Amino acid sequence: MSDTQSQEPKGAIAKFLAASPDSVGKTIIVAVAVCLVASMVVSAAAVSLRPVQEANALKDKQVNVLQVAGVYEPGVDVSEAFAAFEPHVLELSTGAFVDDQFDAATFDDIAAASDPDLSVALDNDPAGIGRQSKYRVIYLLRDDAGELDKVILPLHGYGLWSTLYGFIALENNGNDIFGLQFYQHGETPGLGAEVDNPRWKALWNGKRLRDDAGELQITVAKSQPAAGPDFYVDALAGATLTSVGVDNLVKFWMGDAGYAPFLAKLQAGEI
Amino acid sequence: MSQTKKEMLVDPLVDNNPITLQVLGICSALAVTSSLQVSMVMALAVIFVTSFSSFFISCLRNQIPGSIRIIVQMVIIASLVILVDQILKAYAFEISKTLSVFVGLIITNCIVMGRAEAFAMKNPPVASFIDGMGNGMGYGLILLLVGFIRELFGAGSLFGITILETVNNGGWYVPNGMLLLPPSAFFIIGLIIWAFRTWKPNQVEEREYKIQQVEAH
Repeated sequence: MSDTQSQEPKGAIAKFLAASPDSVGKTIIVAVAVCLVASMVVSAAAVSLRPVQEANALKDKQVNVLQVAGVYEPGVDVSEAFAAFEPHVLELSTGAFVDDQFDAATFDDIAAASDPDLSVALDNDPAGIGRQSKYRVIYLLRDDAGELDKVILPLHGYGLWSTLYGFIALENNGNDIFGLQFYQHGETPGLGAEVDNPRWKALWNGKRLRDDAGELQITVAKSQPAAGPDFYVDALAGATLTSVGVDNLVKFWMGDAGYAPFLAKLQAGEI
Repeated sequence: MSQTKKEMLVDPLVDNNPITLQVLGICSALAVTSSLQVSMVMALAVIFVTSFSSFFISCLRNQIPGSIRIIVQMVIIASLVILVDQILKAYAFEISKTLSVFVGLIITNCIVMGRAEAFAMKNPPVASFIDGMGNGMGYGLILLLVGFIRELFGAGSLFGITILETVNNGGWYVPNGMLLLPPSAFFIIGLIIWAFRTWKPNQVEEREYKIQQVEAH
């Protein structure tokens, strides 16, 4: 376009606009121009709105941590309330914190799951997640005296349609469940999405993961297992596959491939 | 131009509704109408996209080469849709989480393409803008109707506010779970089309065939 413009810009543009749009040259120029303008608009919007979007996503995650720990109140300053939580990067296989290798504030354990260096492919994969990050960001909540009050552990797994991402909050003994909450999923509204129902979430409070013999017994099922009511969360009516998914993912993450080494350390008082 | 601007805006609401008469845009109408709030945001997003895409396409209509016109239309529509998606993610995060992929799918909504191709390519910008807005509103109207029925009887609430206390929450209303699943929207849209065509019989299409009457011997 530059050489035609250099001859006589005004005339050339007018000529260009008047030319038949079906010529090869004009087809190419129009295609390139439209794509250029469109891509500029899209990238300008994406770049300028990114800080707000990231702040939203972060706040959403923080709100969920607050909610699962039972300290969320509407209207509270989220980032201020969240400051009470102590983030740590946990190496799952050893159950030890590796905060010196990663920054807990910025480490993205979901993204790490697709990084070959930071993750392992799962052979035994009941949660349906494919690859598992070797490290996860967990949160400790201490009471006013500085004693450990709750631990908040992220977990995820496949339900019926989608991967459910959530947090489980455990009491400081590492065995009693305080709460379970999912912050992202695409289950059927009214059926599987009832995992968000406060009445169902309340069922988790006070349940136990392991029995006295140390066997993982927590179960989401339609009828009570032999282990007893302490280990039993009633499945969602009309959402069998979502319930099975939640059952699998909780068992997986609380089991040996998940947080079991960390929880053992917690119970031994090493955290 | 035989239509006045007001007619162009109001016509697609009932008389020439893109969903009930032209039966376009059904796919997204099934997917997003399980709650009224989401239907509302989806309707606004589609109104924005149809009106502005029609406007920009109409501005360029004399310059768009015939051989690549659909692609050019798609580029303009897709850019606007991404814009809407980005804005929702920034300023209506909760809703964008529920709408998830369906905002992106506005690109494939037949109504947007249909208005670009059928109207905006042949008419001046302002008229195209109004036409796009009218059709977006026609789509939105049906979305809200379907969303109203599905959320009220499927979840016992409207805009998330409980109207009928459901059994799950300790009330008396046993919600109709089927209404929350996409197929129910088919039935509801079918019933709405039936109602519209009973009210306005001139919308009934002529039969493409006639049942043959055989004289008895």
